[in-house]
Order: sequence, then C-alpha cells, then structure tokens
Amino acid sequence: MAATYVLKHSATTLAAFLFLSFVSSAASHIEDQAEQFFRSGHTNNWAVLVCTSRFWFNYRHVANTLSVYRSVKRLGIPDSHIVLMLADDMACNPRNPKPATVFSHKNMELNVYGDDVEVDYRSYEVTVENFLRVLTGRIPPSTPRSKRLLSDDRSNILIYMTGHGGNGFLKFQDSEEITNIELADAFEQMWQKRRYNELLFIIDTCQGASMYERFYSPNIMALASSQVGEDSLSHQPDPAIGVHLMDRYTFYVLEFLEEINPASQTNMNDLFQVCPKSLCVSTPGHRTDLFKRDPKNVLITDFFGSVRKVEITTETMSLQQDSEIMESSYKEDQMDEELMEPLKYAEQLPVAQIIHQKPKLKDWHPPGGFILGLWALIIMVFFKTYGIKHMKFIF
Amino acid sequence: MGLLSDPVRRRALARLVLRLNAPLCLLSYVAGIAWFLALAFPPLTQRTYMSENAMGSTMVEEQFVGGDRARMFARDFAAYRRKSGALPVAWLERTMRSVGLEVYTQSFSRKLPFPDETHERYMVSGTNVYGILRAPRAASTESLVLTVPCGPDSTNSQAVGLLLALAAHFRGQIYWAKDIIFLLTEHDLLGTEAWLEAYHDINVTGMQSSSLQGRAGAIQAAVALELSSDVVTSLDVIVEGLNGQLPNLDLLNLFQTFCQKGGLLCTLQGKLQSQDWTSLDGPLQGLQTLLLMVLRQASGRPHGPHGLFLRYGVEALTLRGINSFRQYKYDLVAVGKSHHTFYGILDAYHALELWMQLHETGMGPEEDGGSPRPSTFLLPSQGVGLASLVAPLLISQAVGLALYILPVMGQHVATQHFPVSEAEAVVLTLLAIYAAGLALPHNTHRMMTAQALDRGWMALKLVALIYLALQLGCIILTNFSLGFLLAATMVPTAVLTKPHGPRPLYAALLVLTSPAAMLLGSLFLWRELQEMPLSLAEGWQLFLSALAQGVLEHHTYGSLLFPLLALGLYPCWLLFWNVLFWK
Repeated sequence: MAATYVLKHSATTLAAFLFLSFVSSAASHIEDQAEQFFRSGHTNNWAVLVCTSRFWFNYRHVANTLSVYRSVKRLGIPDSHIVLMLADDMACNPRNPKPATVFSHKNMELNVYGDDVEVDYRSYEVTVENFLRVLTGRIPPSTPRSKRLLSDDRSNILIYMTGHGGNGFLKFQDSEEITNIELADAFEQMWQKRRYNELLFIIDTCQGASMYERFYSPNIMALASSQVGEDSLSHQPDPAIGVHLMDRYTFYVLEFLEEINPASQTNMNDLFQVCPKSLCVSTPGHRTDLFKRDPKNVLITDFFGSVRKVEITTETMSLQQDSEIMESSYKEDQMDEELMEPLKYAEQLPVAQIIHQKPKLKDWHPPGGFILGLWALIIMVFFKTYGIKHMKFIF
Repeated sequence: MGLLSDPVRRRALARLVLRLNAPLCLLSYVAGIAWFLALAFPPLTQRTYMSENAMGSTMVEEQFVGGDRARMFARDFAAYRRKSGALPVAWLERTMRSVGLEVYTQSFSRKLPFPDETHERYMVSGTNVYGILRAPRAASTESLVLTVPCGPDSTNSQAVGLLLALAAHFRGQIYWAKDIIFLLTEHDLLGTEAWLEAYHDINVTGMQSSSLQGRAGAIQAAVALELSSDVVTSLDVIVEGLNGQLPNLDLLNLFQTFCQKGGLLCTLQGKLQSQDWTSLDGPLQGLQTLLLMVLRQASGRPHGPHGLFLRYGVEALTLRGINSFRQYKYDLVAVGKSHHTFYGILDAYHALELWMQLHETGMGPEEDGGSPRPSTFLLPSQGVGLASLVAPLLISQAVGLALYILPVMGQHVATQHFPVSEAEAVVLTLLAIYAAGLALPHNTHRMMTAQALDRGWMALKLVALIYLALQLGCIILTNFSLGFLLAATMVPTAVLTKPHGPRPLYAALLVLTSPAAMLLGSLFLWRELQEMPLSLAEGWQLFLSALAQGVLEHHTYGSLLFPLLALGLYPCWLLFWNVLFWK
C-alpha cells in the first residue's frame, strides 16, 4: 500500500519534474530566439538604388537597377523603404519595340518594369545633388516621404549604383560627375548624423573599385564589379530589341540572389565569390576593412532583405538586462566624467598618407611634339640671340 | 638695332636658310608627295572601324520579306513611266497613300543657262513626290530621308519598287523615333536641289519651285538609292559630294559593317577592299582607290543626290547597285534587309546628336599638309614700284573675268555667226578666251614703262607666287584633294619660271600645268585608274563635255570649281606666263 503510494507520488513528481523541465526548456528556447533578435544590431532595412544613365543605348543600366529592385522587394524591403532613382526613359521610349516593358533576359521572360514599380527620383531629378541630399538627409521640408531616406542608427542600408564610371568618378546623366571623395564624405556625414548602422555599397560600372577607395567611415562594406583600369562588360545583346540587356556582374549577382529567400543563412563571403574573372572578364573587388563584423557572420538578408524580427508565442518571458552591458556603460559614463579625452573630427583628407604614397609607375612616353617644338624654339632663340660663338663657353 | 644682340649673327641664320632655299623647297615638295602616296600603305592606313561604339550597329536582326512586293511595284512603275513619259505622279500618290504615308508633291522649273547635251534638256520642269512616315510615339523634330532620283535617262524603277516596299514594311514597325521621308525626284539632281531648297526655305541657285506643303523636322541623314536591275552583284557606295564635301565617316563605316554582316559585296570607287596586305598588291590597290577618290573629290561634282544634301549639314550617301558578271547575285530582299537595319541605326543617331556636334568632314587619315611652299625672293635693289605691277595684274584678272562671264553671255551671238549649238558655243568660247590669254604677254609690254622692264619680272613673280600660295592655302582647307592636285602640279613649274634659260621648255611645262591641261590629264588618269582607258579622240570629247558640265553645274548647283579656276587660278597662271615671256 505504501509502495504504490510512493510509486504514484514518485510518478507524479517525475511527471511534474519532467513537465517543469520541459517548460523551462521551452522558455529558454523562446529566450534563445529572442536573443537572436539582437544578433545583428539592426532593426530596419533601407535600399537606395541609383541608375545614373539615360538614353536608349543605356538600357542595360536601367534593367540592372530594376532587377535589383525586384529582388530586394521580393526579399522583403517594402517600397516605402526603397529610394529608387532612375532616368525611367526606357519603358516609354519611342524606340522600344515592346512599349511599357523593360526586360532583363533575352528570352523576355521577366518584365522587370511591371505595373507596380515606384520610381522616386525620375528623369532629370537624378542628379548628384539630389543623391547626396537623399543620403545626408538635407532635404527641403516640402519633399514627400517617398523621396526621403528616413533611416536611423539601427538601419542597414543597401546602396546600389550603376552607370558609366571612370577612375574615381561616376557619370550622372551625361552632365555631371560624382567623385569618390564626395561619396566618402557623404557617408561620413551619414555616420556622424547616425543615419546608418551598417552600409553595403555595390557598384557596377567601369573601374568601380575606385569609388570605394576613399571611404573612411566605419561599418561600410563595399563591392565593385571591376578594378581600376578595367572595364565592366555587358552580358547579352538582344537582337529583337537591339540593345544589351544586362551587365555581367549584376547578372551573376542576381542569379546568386535568386537562391536567397528570407530565411537563408548564406553569408557575405559567398557574395564575394560571385562572378569570377572567368565569367565576368573583369575582376570584382570588395572592401571589408571598415566593417566591424566578420563577413562570414553577415547574412545576405541583413542587407538585401527586410527580415522582420517577429516571433509569435503564447508564452510570457522576461528579458534579462544584460548585466555586463549595464556595467560597462556605467563605467563608460564614469570614465567620461573623469578623463575628458579631447574629441577630434575624423580625418577628412589624410594628407600624410597621400604625401607618403609611393608614386605610381607610369609608362615612359617620349616627349610629344609640343614639348619638342617648345624646346626647339627656346634653343633657337637662345642661339640666335647669343650667337654660335658662345657655345664654346658652355662646353 | 644691335644694342643687345649681334645683328651679324642674326642674319647668319637667315642667310643660311636663303642659301639652302632651293634644296629645302625641293625636299619639302618631295616629302609632301611621298607622304601623300604613303597614305595608301600600312601603317598609315586604317581599316574600317566604328569610332562610336555606343551605336551598337551590329545588334539588330531584322526580317524583310517584301522582295516580291518590291519587284511588283518596280514593274508597275516602269510600265506607267513608259506610258506617260514623265514621272507617274498620280499613280505614285495613290500607291504611297495606300501604303500609309502622308503624300505631298512639289513642282519646280528651271531654265538652264544653255542646253545640256549629256542629259538633253534645256527648259526643265518636273514634279517631286514625297511621302512622310511619321514616328508613332515621338515628336516630329528630326527626320531621315530615303531618296530615289528618277531621271529621264536613268531607269531606276527597281529602286522605286524597293522604296515603296520598304515604306510598306517600315509602316508596320513601331519603334521609329524619327520621321522618315521617302522622296522621289524628277530630273535627277535638279529635282533634289529644288526639294532641298524648298525644304530649307532658301534659294541659292535660281530654281523656281513651289513651296512644300508638308515637312517633317530637321533632316539628320539621307540615303540615295540607284538600282536598275532586279538582281545585283555588288553595291557601290559613293561618298564625295558637291565641292568635295564628305559625310561623317561613321556613316560609311556603318554601311561597310552591314555589308560584311549581311554577306553583301560592297565596293568603294568601284573597287573591293583588298584583303591581301602582306604583299605589294594590296597597298597598290589601296593607292588606286585613293587616287580615284582624290580625283573625284577634286572635281567638286555632286556624284549623286547625296552630294546636294551635304551642303545643308545632312550626312548622306548614295548606294548604287551594280550588276556585273559575278556569279553570286543578291536580290532585293538582301538589299532591303540591309536598309532596314541601316535605318534602325540611323534612328539611333538621335541619341548621339547630343554630344556628337562636330562632324568629321575629312575621310581617310590625317596629314600634315602636302603642299610645299613656294620660295621667296628678295625684292630687286632697283626701285621697281609696285605700281608698275598693277597693269599685268589687272589685265590677267580681266581675262579671268571674261572667261567667267563671256561664254554664257555670248552664246547667242556665237550661234548667230557660227554653225554650232549653244553648248558647243559656250565650250568653244571658253577655249578661245583661254588660248587668247596665252597671247597676252606680247601686248602688255606696251603698258609698261621702260625703267621697269629690266628686273621687274622678279617683283611680278613674287606677287604671283604669293597669290598662288594664298589661293592654294584657302582651297586646301575646303577641298583638300583639289588643293593637293593643283599644288603638286602647278607649284614646281611656277617656281621654275623665269625669262632666261630654255624658254620653249618652260613654256611647254607651264602649258602642261595650266588648269585646262590638268583637267584633260586628270580625265585620262581617272579613266586609266578605272581600267577603261581612253583614246585621244574620246578623251577630247570627254574633255569638252566636262567643260560644259562644269559651267552648268556652277549655275545649277553652285559648284565652285568653274569660278575658282576662271577667276582665281587662271589669272594667277597668266601672271606666270607673263613672267616667262618678259622681254
């Protein structure tokens, strides 16, 4: 009698014990998931997609940008968080044999223009000034919300630019250029105004790597389609439309992105491998020295997708304040009062580095006609004035 | 002045140059000629290449299946033409309207200064018919022209048929960004000139034409077609225009690219591009083509309707279908296909206009000017005033003026007294005045004072050489081929002329390099290069008709060769003739 009672009691206690452990493990599972919310440090995603060319024969730049736009939308960033700058003169161009469409593949499978594209800056509004104002936020108060980059210090921003570029500059619509120094300064302004948490900068132009050479603000990762001195090439001509439809680098990036879904765990190192020289002819480059995290811990969806950190649960849980962080921040406050380190601005133009740079080896060219002519003139005048007899005083 | 520098030493350099004057001149002359001829040889030649890559000229594939329709139109046109004798305007209007174009006509008339014997016309009147295909989705700010000249002698009916079939095909496409004008002109170039003048609202040649009812925007490019047979073996492209103007080189390169892509055989100056550049044959053929082009450009004639478009800043070409004895023949479909892609690319020119404002007017590689400079002379120490030179100058210029005005003005007087036709009268008057000028030196001396006689010829030669240099310099800037030919022939003999020494030899040389003799010589050379050599009698006939054509073209199209030779170079040459016969 007592044994059965003990047995029953032990069974219930065992059951209770198991139940409690189960609940606690479930609770800790939820807590783990909640911990994962703060793994990357960003809470919202923005994208700024810029196509800097206009005219019919630059069809591929618009197709590039629109394809990236579609991918980014598919992975979750809504139109309200995308600033799309396009010349937008392809779909309704008189030369378009398929009006109101922009295709990115030569079998015309996918019309990337569609009927729900939202272009924020179009036609002649795509200027260097507008682009820099979007980035830095110095926008007149009458600008509508759709034209603003309303990011905060927990935003991850993807910036994609395509067009015609050169060594250290990018051409905007045939009338002006943006230099890599201006771009780097704009990013520094964004950093100082706390307008981004992390920034991914992708550029698909000729000599694209020159555009990210000058960045000096933290938390920026940059990718480019070609190195300085190389041209980025286009991918496919379409004989029915008569223009090139895509650029190679963007084509392979999009092929890569097609395998990404909002739950993918693919990281940035895979993106760096996209489009090797055998496929792209140019050598893509990347820059990660300013980025705090290791690229292999950075998910693609951290920039390309807008993963909403939402988990539905019926449990209640209490979030523990991380005591370490509390203590360290308290200590910092105290230290600030004591030490008062002198603040200094970031180095806008690292002159010391520039001066001590090794001079680039240029090919030696024989002196051109103008220089030779100038020297011949100088020598002739000299001898005419002083006469040949003076030569013996020289030699 | 000798204050800061040594005047003796300064003069040493000048004296050195003067002493070596003759060898330096000879050297620069020979170097100029050699450099020009070396243009045909690698590494100075360049193959066909597109200088503007963004045009993407080889990316469009297009189908043209209107070959049968083109032939049908051609047959109908030929039949109606034979029936009515002139351009069948009503039929053309009906057909163009049925194809879907906006059709307009323009009538024009002109009385030529004297009857034209090669084309057998004197009082010319005709009608041009043109249809406009409006761009479906663009404003009509720019246009392209496809023109077919229909003269009474040239049966261009296949070209007309192709034009109508292309119009029908183009009408079905939606991607045109410029208007396309399909123009049919009567009486060849006279109709084209009338249409162009009316389109641009100016009147430079005295043509009477009705104003145009319909316009299509600024013309960007034009193509003229001449096809006289159902099948062609090759397409010849003609680029030289009025007064030696040339279209944008990329237009020609575009055409060559299409020919290569479509497998058509395309020729320039009637010659194929040589493939064999390793041995001497290739460069020699290149040299032949170069010389042919130089001769054609120097003549300053519009060698097709395109030549008249160039004056208005419109890049234009003429395509001529040649049916020779080759085995492989192309039909109208192939030509039509190349036209379709051609027009697609010409349409894309629009986008490039925004930064291609400057046109390249020269064809071929650049050169540092092959014209050698005539030598300078010290003025004679005796005081020969320049006033005494005025007489020979005035007289030579007066003879030149007479050469310019008298033949056309006096043709009626000549026909009254002699049994010749008007055209022959003009030409013979021309030659007569020219030859009369040769007798001048025996008469000018009566105007000169005794004191100026002895060494005055040096001053005259100096003035004549400066005059020649000025003229050649100006000619070279506008029509390099003409300037080069004139410089290469006239300058050595002009420099050598002097009253002492073997006078008959110098006289013969000077006559050989006079403008008329050079025209004769270049005609023979031209035919020689085309591998159709002339006998002397044929050559003389050709020469006479060339003279008549030159005068006519000056009056009808504004060609500048005749006034240049009559008012500029002939008086200059006469001055040298005066120097030679100085007593």
